[in-house]
Amino acid sequence: MWGEITLVTGKDLRIERRSRVGLTQIAPFAVTVLVLFGFALEGDSATLRTFTAGLFWVAVVFTAILAVQRSFTVESVNDNRDALRLSGLDPIAIFLGKAAALVIELLVLEVVLGCVVAVLYGGSVHSAGLLGLTAVVATIAVASAGTIYGVLAASLRVRETILPLLLLPVLAPVLIAATRAFEDALGEAAVNGWSWLVLLTLTAVVYTAFGALAFGTLLEES
Amino acid sequence: MTVPAPRIQAWAYPRGPRGPAPRLAVGGLRRYPRAVSVVRLRNAVALAGRFPALAGLDLDVAPGEAVLLQGPNGAGKTTLLRVCAGLVPLHSGEARVLDHDLTRSADRRAVRRLVGLIGHASFLYDELTAWENTRFWARAAGVDDDSAQSALVRMGIEGRLRDLPVGSMSAGQKRRVSIAAVVARRPKLWLLDEPHAGLDQDGRDTVDQLVRDATAGGATVMVASHELERARAMAPRAITVAGGMVVADTAATAGSPGVSRLPGVANVG
Repeated sequence: MWGEITLVTGKDLRIERRSRVGLTQIAPFAVTVLVLFGFALEGDSATLRTFTAGLFWVAVVFTAILAVQRSFTVESVNDNRDALRLSGLDPIAIFLGKAAALVIELLVLEVVLGCVVAVLYGGSVHSAGLLGLTAVVATIAVASAGTIYGVLAASLRVRETILPLLLLPVLAPVLIAATRAFEDALGEAAVNGWSWLVLLTLTAVVYTAFGALAFGTLLEES
Repeated sequence: MTVPAPRIQAWAYPRGPRGPAPRLAVGGLRRYPRAVSVVRLRNAVALAGRFPALAGLDLDVAPGEAVLLQGPNGAGKTTLLRVCAGLVPLHSGEARVLDHDLTRSADRRAVRRLVGLIGHASFLYDELTAWENTRFWARAAGVDDDSAQSALVRMGIEGRLRDLPVGSMSAGQKRRVSIAAVVARRPKLWLLDEPHAGLDQDGRDTVDQLVRDATAGGATVMVASHELERARAMAPRAITVAGGMVVADTAATAGSPGVSRLPGVANVG
């Protein structure tokens, strides 16, 4: 199982490295979103710092949609979805492998976004541990949900437009919990970030477990 | 480039394009008892949307047999191959492939590891090289990298071509890589849908030789093709499919009329 997971993850990461879509399209899009937020809030540094956590995670969720679409577009080209079904790979391994690749891509993107936020919005980190753990757990939740709905939408003719519609409501709890935990980590709000992290962890576990169980059926039937 | 020596198995087709024929290790043959059909369909109905692409099809294919599927466009040849590959579920009827009951979803999944399907699409990732693609599908099937390497060499994908992204290859080169990816998996049942499409003369000859080697090694081959002369030369038995049913089952050889095996059905030669 572990070998199959790393096989799929390695394949997806190699494709992304070759295509450079993440570097040339997704990352610039994410940075643009953050810059536009800055313009919309008239560059008021106090306001920007107050909303840094929320703006950061909204940007991450938007870019995650692009990354998920990209992850399943490569499976639609040349009927590779059928090839995956024929491959003999365990559907659970395919799910975990694709989700793991998304986690890695999104974490790299979040580091870039974090640097942009630090430069544009300012602010400081009060709890690096909470910040890092929240980023990892929230990214796992986003990637798991994205992989579930990605395979569901991949077979539809309107996949480009239906995916955000399906995915955004499911990511709302992740967005809220990650924002609250980040606010505590950045010292911008008097909330208990660790309790939000627990909620976030539960969400990630549920999404991942559901995805692992349902992915095979979704790959077959959708 | 140094090519590692392939491990010779009955259905590994280890011979290079112009290399010597290997001595097949008889002890390694994975043959089925002659009495057991590799493919057995009874009154099989499969739907494409609401349309019955297979409309009560009966078929038996014996182990080691090479069968040509012929018929007009839309006759159901591709659907038949996809049913045998476990990709399309049956609406009704019976289907057993390699001793798996394809009416059960678990068996449909299990049989996929044992078959090799070459379809209209390449089943390749454009961003990955020929080597990376072939290695990925070989590893997914639990086969070692040597098999992937041997298969690429067999299909003439060597040197610079081996490390070229598939997206920058010609249609014929992609087809060769696609076939190599299937060869590397060492399937027990070959399902070939227009395998010669896009290939040059050398490539077509290689495919024909692959099929001959496959059946000689105990594998079973079903090939759908409109290139009848070439296909008949490698598949002695020809089955005509029309309207989702077998309308003629003919033992055919190149240049000689066939013999109908179905009573009341005209010969197809």
